[in-house]
Formats: sequence, structure tokens, C-alpha cells
Amino acid sequence: MTTPTSTPPASLDVDALLRDAQIIVCCGAGGVGKTTTAAALGVRAAEQGRSVCVLTIDPARRLAQSMGLTELDNTPRAVSGIDTSAGGRLDAMMLDMKRTFDDIVVAHSDEARAKAILANPFYVSLSSSFAGTQEYMAMEKLGQLKAKGTWDLIVVDTPPSRSALDFLDAPQRLGRFLDGRMIRLLTAPARAGGRAYLKVFAVGVKMFTDVLNRLLGAQALRDLSLFVTSLETMFGGFRERADQTYKLLKERGTSFLVVAVPERDALREAAYFVERLETERMPLAGVVLNRVHMSGAPALSVERSIAAAETLEGDGDEAYAAAALRVHADRLASAIRDARRASQFHAAHPRVRMAEVTAQASDVHDLEGLRRIGAELAAETPTAA
Amino acid sequence: MADFPAVKLHVVSGKGGTGKTTVAAGLALALAAGGRQVLLTEVEARQGIAQLFDAPPLPYEERRVAVARGGGEVYALAIDPEQALLEYLEQFYNLRRAGSMLKRLGAIDFATTIAPGLRDVLLTGKVMEAATRERRGGGRIYDAVVLDAPPTGRIAKFLNVNTEVAALTKMGPVRNQANSVMTLLQSAKTAVHLVTMLEEMPVQETVDGIAELIATGLRPGAVIVNMMREPLMPDDSVADTAAGKVDTDEIARGLKAASLDGDPATVSALAAELSDHARRVMLERQELATLSALDRPMYELPYIADATELSGLQEIADRLQSAGMV
Ligand SMILES: Nc1ncnc2c1ncn2[C@@H]1O[C@H](COP(=O)(O)OP(=O)(O)O)[C@@H](O)[C@H]1O
Ligand SMILES: Nc1ncnc2c1ncn2[C@@H]1O[C@H](COP(=O)(O)OP(=O)(O)O)[C@@H](O)[C@H]1O
Ligand SMILES: [Mg+2]
Ligand SMILES: [Mg+2]
Repeated sequence: MTTPTSTPPASLDVDALLRDAQIIVCCGAGGVGKTTTAAALGVRAAEQGRSVCVLTIDPARRLAQSMGLTELDNTPRAVSGIDTSAGGRLDAMMLDMKRTFDDIVVAHSDEARAKAILANPFYVSLSSSFAGTQEYMAMEKLGQLKAKGTWDLIVVDTPPSRSALDFLDAPQRLGRFLDGRMIRLLTAPARAGGRAYLKVFAVGVKMFTDVLNRLLGAQALRDLSLFVTSLETMFGGFRERADQTYKLLKERGTSFLVVAVPERDALREAAYFVERLETERMPLAGVVLNRVHMSGAPALSVERSIAAAETLEGDGDEAYAAAALRVHADRLASAIRDARRASQFHAAHPRVRMAEVTAQASDVHDLEGLRRIGAELAAETPTAA
Repeated sequence: MADFPAVKLHVVSGKGGTGKTTVAAGLALALAAGGRQVLLTEVEARQGIAQLFDAPPLPYEERRVAVARGGGEVYALAIDPEQALLEYLEQFYNLRRAGSMLKRLGAIDFATTIAPGLRDVLLTGKVMEAATRERRGGGRIYDAVVLDAPPTGRIAKFLNVNTEVAALTKMGPVRNQANSVMTLLQSAKTAVHLVTMLEEMPVQETVDGIAELIATGLRPGAVIVNMMREPLMPDDSVADTAAGKVDTDEIARGLKAASLDGDPATVSALAAELSDHARRVMLERQELATLSALDRPMYELPYIADATELSGLQEIADRLQSAGMV
């Protein structure tokens, strides 16, 4: 297989990573192949002898089925069909965000209070759709799995965030929110036991409650205050956990893989992420460039192929060969464009190691497909694209 | 004859990245053709519309972003929940002062964060307000409103404000607002269109999304198949080639006829590429069949190299129009 690359980027040693890492986080823009990459890494590491857990967020339906992720019980289950002859194993789970949130509530409050919170309409609303809940819960679950100490390696997929960065910021955003001024305001009377707090706050709170009363009715306001008061008692727990997970991401043994496709938007996201990880001093293993087009006949140029196709198209008998030339021209043009984008990215980030995976002719939804992706990631002689 | 003559509010959803924003803008241009006034709105704080039309970020204000064929106009508005609430408080309760105080305290941000249902009712409420304006006062009157909506995974929940808000409050103006928003959304004046591409995940989301919309009492509108590519090979050879039965002799003969070097390596590389292409074509046909089985009005849009330019958007508008969507 040949690629018309000018400067091949420093390649990422995926097998060394799979051997040494304890946590691998796959991140990147939406739809680039994070879930597929995470699963492929999990399969490969397991078949090379490690005990692995893959935490996926949103697998395509057929991929979920082939990994046995049909039972949604928020705990890892063994994946069948893995070659365990090297002594490894693969467990996989799909994150249930609400259930993970519920578990934290239960862990941090007594039974009666937990019951009240879980039934509170504001909690129900927040836990199932707050903009950062999924990201936060993914990190929380990672912390829990790590604490179990069952696996050598945990591979984490990240949520389909609007931007790849959301996943780093969300846990703290949720933490800040829960620790925010309004929550303190609403709970101040209870906490201070009626002691006078700042007058402007008093006015603010009164106005807030008046307006809410008018707009939502008294019951909703009572529900809200109750919810906020109960959350308050769990703050410490929440923040502490968020901080711990954040630390875990900085530890030795944790590595980030940024997944991208050779398109402008995805590469821009990847660049932000690479820079952001650097600022946060979080260990970047490298960038996986997924869905890269390759051509097996780069010597037959785009122009000559098109010219030849045009000649043949005049002749009804040669439609098939003309089609082959058109397809080749299209494919080679994509390969050249992809290679140019890859080397531009490399030029802008010369120290970042890269691995490439070719665009497969069909979706990746079984173990065989994942093995193929894994082999390409590790730069074993790649199969035909 | 337009397929959606009674529809005033066109909601455009689809899996992220399938072209919601692009198609919503094209649809707005199509609806505006011939001198009509159309409002294009977005609710996800991304400024996607401004980016698409190369305009500076949109303030909370209806701004003209394009002129359609025949003199129609497309206005755009990026709806922000906080601004929508302030406007709402001011208009209905004369609570302007309270509003700005609450804002300073971060109370509005807080309220719309802790209760996403509240945020959604503010966003959809503003869309409703624009879609139902009447002559007396109250701003520009539009012939149609297009909403560049949240993705399929969240669309039913986003539009189902009634249920979301009902869980939080049983009475009061917010509840009433949710009721009237829901009435409009479930009426024949609203259609929810889904944009997709011929790939497994977006098609699956379209199928699931339509089922979810129906279960929510909403009306699925059209399925818009975006970024389609023409097969590059003769129809009758697709199946065999996809199955790996590539006619390498014919390729070799063709290369020779075109005076190209048809060495075995080149021929087999071309054969592999053609086979990949044929498999893609087969998969796309299968996805298209799945979409057809949904039995919704379906429109096909080609891959357009300059989809981010006004000319590309105009092409989308023209195609939607000639396919009978508007
Ligand atoms: N190298 C590849 N070639 C072809 N299809 C791919 C490749 N990688 C991923 N896909 C497909 O792309 C779709 C999106 O991949 P996924 O891993 O779910 O992305 P993400 O998790 O980043 O949103 C899936 O249908 C998957 O099968
Ligand atoms: N018909 C089309 N042809 C070519 N490119 C398209 C087409 N429709 C959308 N695109 C491109 O696809 C990308 C995603 O489109 P966008 O409208 O932003 O999707 P969404 O709003 O669903 O995320 C953009 O780069 C856009 O220019
Ligand atoms: Mg994913
Ligand atoms: Mg968009």
C-alpha cells in the first residue's frame, strides 16, 4: 500500500501503548470514530494478553450487538469471541448516565434523603439532560472502574460532545454549578439558621422566589428548594470526586488519543485538543487519523485517468474500464487531499505522533472489522483499503 | 404544488454533521423565493447561521441575512434562553427590573440550567411567538419560520416541552406557555423534517427519530437525503463487482485501449478500488431502501462542492423547490 505523502509523520507505537497504559482516553469531534477506535484498541490489547475494560458511550447499534452490549446494567460484561490464548480478556460496558448519577446520590446520602432526591422532578430533569451530565458521568464511571482494580487497562470512549473540549470542562462545570452562587443563596436561610445574610442577597432571593412563584407555582418552588438543599449536603462528595477523576487523568499510565478524520473541522478540533492537553499537562499519546483514503496505484495520475476514462466513454464496450478509471481518479484525488491535510497537521504539530486508519468500504460493526482497525492502528501491514 | 402547503413552522433535525444547518438555510431560501419573508432560527448557541452566511455573530435580534430569488428575504435569529426569558418577563409581567437583577445574580442561568425543560420552553416559545405574530404591532410578520433544531437524538425531548414542564410544575404561566407551544407543534402548521446521509448511523437515527416523534404526537415531515453521490459505474455490474467478481480482463483491455500501462499490479489495484466503490453503492442503495420504507416525502440533495457559499445554498433551495417540497 502506498500513500502519496511527502513527509510521513512520526508514527505512534500503538502496541507499546497498549502494553504500558492503564487508561486510554479516546477523544475528538463527533462522528470521527472515537467509539470504533476505543473498541478496536480494547480487542487488540485483550488479544495480546491484557485484561481490558472498554467503557463506551454511544456505539452504533450493530457494533453494540456484536460486543454483547445489549444488557444495559451499567456494569462491564465479558465480550465473547475474543481470542484469550495470550491470557487476556475483554469486558465492555455502555454508560448509563442517569443510573451513574443515581448511584452517586445513593452513595452520598442516607436512604431517606436519597429517595427524596431521586424522586424530585428537578433532579430527574437535571440528571437526564443537563448539558454536561454525560461527560461528567463518563469520568465518574472511569473513576469507579479504576478503583475496582480489576483490569490492567481501561479504554474510555468520550461522549458526542459538540466540541471535543466539552469533555474536559464538563465535570468542573457541573461542579461549579452545584457550588454556584444561586445554590448558596437558595440554601443560605437553612444553613445560617435564619441569620441575616447580605442584604442584596436577601432582596435578590426574595425577588427570585417571587418571580418563580408567579411563573411556576408554589409547589415547583418548594421542589426546587428541597432539591437544592439536598444537593448541598452532597457537594463535598461531588467536588471531591470530580477533582479525583481529574487527577486520575493526569497520572502516569493515563494516555489520551485524539481521533480525527482528514477534514478541516475535525483537524481543527484535534489541534485545539492537542494544545489544550499540553496546557493541562495531560499526556497525549498521539493523534489517530481515521478514514484516510489510500490508493493502490498512485503512479496512474488523476489527470491521466480522467483523460483515459473520457476516451473510453466514447466507446460503449469499455464502460466498465472507464468506470474503474473514474473510481480510481476519485479515490486518488481523495488520497492526495487526505495526505496533504495530514502533512499540514504534522507540520503544525511536529512532535505529535500519528497513526492512520484507512477508510473501510463499509461500516465497522464486528470483531473482525475491529481487529482489522487494530492492526492498522499498530501499523501492521495494512489490509487493502 | 408544494408538499407542505399548510406548514408555517419547519423544524429541521438530523444526526449531527448530516447538514441540518445547511439544509435549513437552503429551505429558508426556497420558502422565501418569489417575495416571501422567512425567519431562520437556531437555538443551540453555536452561531451556525452567522458562520454559514459569513455574517458577524447574530445578536438577539432579527437580521436580514439573504435575499432569495424573486425578491424574498431571509431573516435570521439566534435564540438565547436568557434573552428570551427577559423578553418574556418584560412583555407579560412588566418585570424588566426584576429581570435584570435576576440576571446579575446568575439566577436565570441557574434556572435554565437546573431545569432543561424550562430552557426548552423558552426557546420553543420564542419560535412560536415569531411563527404566530399578527398584524397589530409585535414585529415583522413572516410567511414561514425555519428552525435549525437540536439533533435527532434530542429532538423529541426538545419539542415535547409539555411533558418536560408538566413534571416540574402543574400550573402557572410557564405551564400555560408550554401548553400553547405544544398545541402549535402538534398542529398541521408544524412539520419536523429529518436530514440524513446514506450511512448506517444517520439512517438508523432517522428511523428511530421518526418513531419517537410519532410517539410524542408530533408530525414527521420530510426525509431529506443529503450529500448523495452518483455511482460512477454501470448499474448492471454493481452487484457482481461488490461481491468480488471484478472483471479484471475488461479493465486490462480498457487500459490498453487508452494506451495506459496496464501492468498486473495496476489492474488489481483498480479492481480493488472498483470493488470498494461497488460495495459503497450497494450499501447506499440498502440505506435508501430503508428510508423509502418510512413512507415519508423524500428529497435527495447531491454533494455540492460549495455548500458553504450562497450559490451552494441557492442550489439546495432550487432542488427542494423543483422536487416539490415548497
Ligand atoms: N475507518 C473507518 N472506515 C469506515 N467507517 C468507519 C471507520 N471508522 C468508523 N467508521 C464508521 O463511522 C461511524 C461513526 O463512528 P464512531 O466510532 O461511532 O464515531 P464517534 O464515536 O467518534 O462518534 C460508524 O458507523 C463507524 O462504523
Ligand atoms: N449538500 C452538501 N454538499 C456538500 N457538503 C455539504 C452539504 N450539506 C452540508 N455540507 C457540509 O457538511 C458539513 C456539515 O454541515 P452542517 O450543515 O454544519 O451540519 P449540521 O448542522 O447537521 O451539523 C459542513 O461542512 C457543510 O458545509
Ligand atoms: Mg461515539
Ligand atoms: Mg448545525
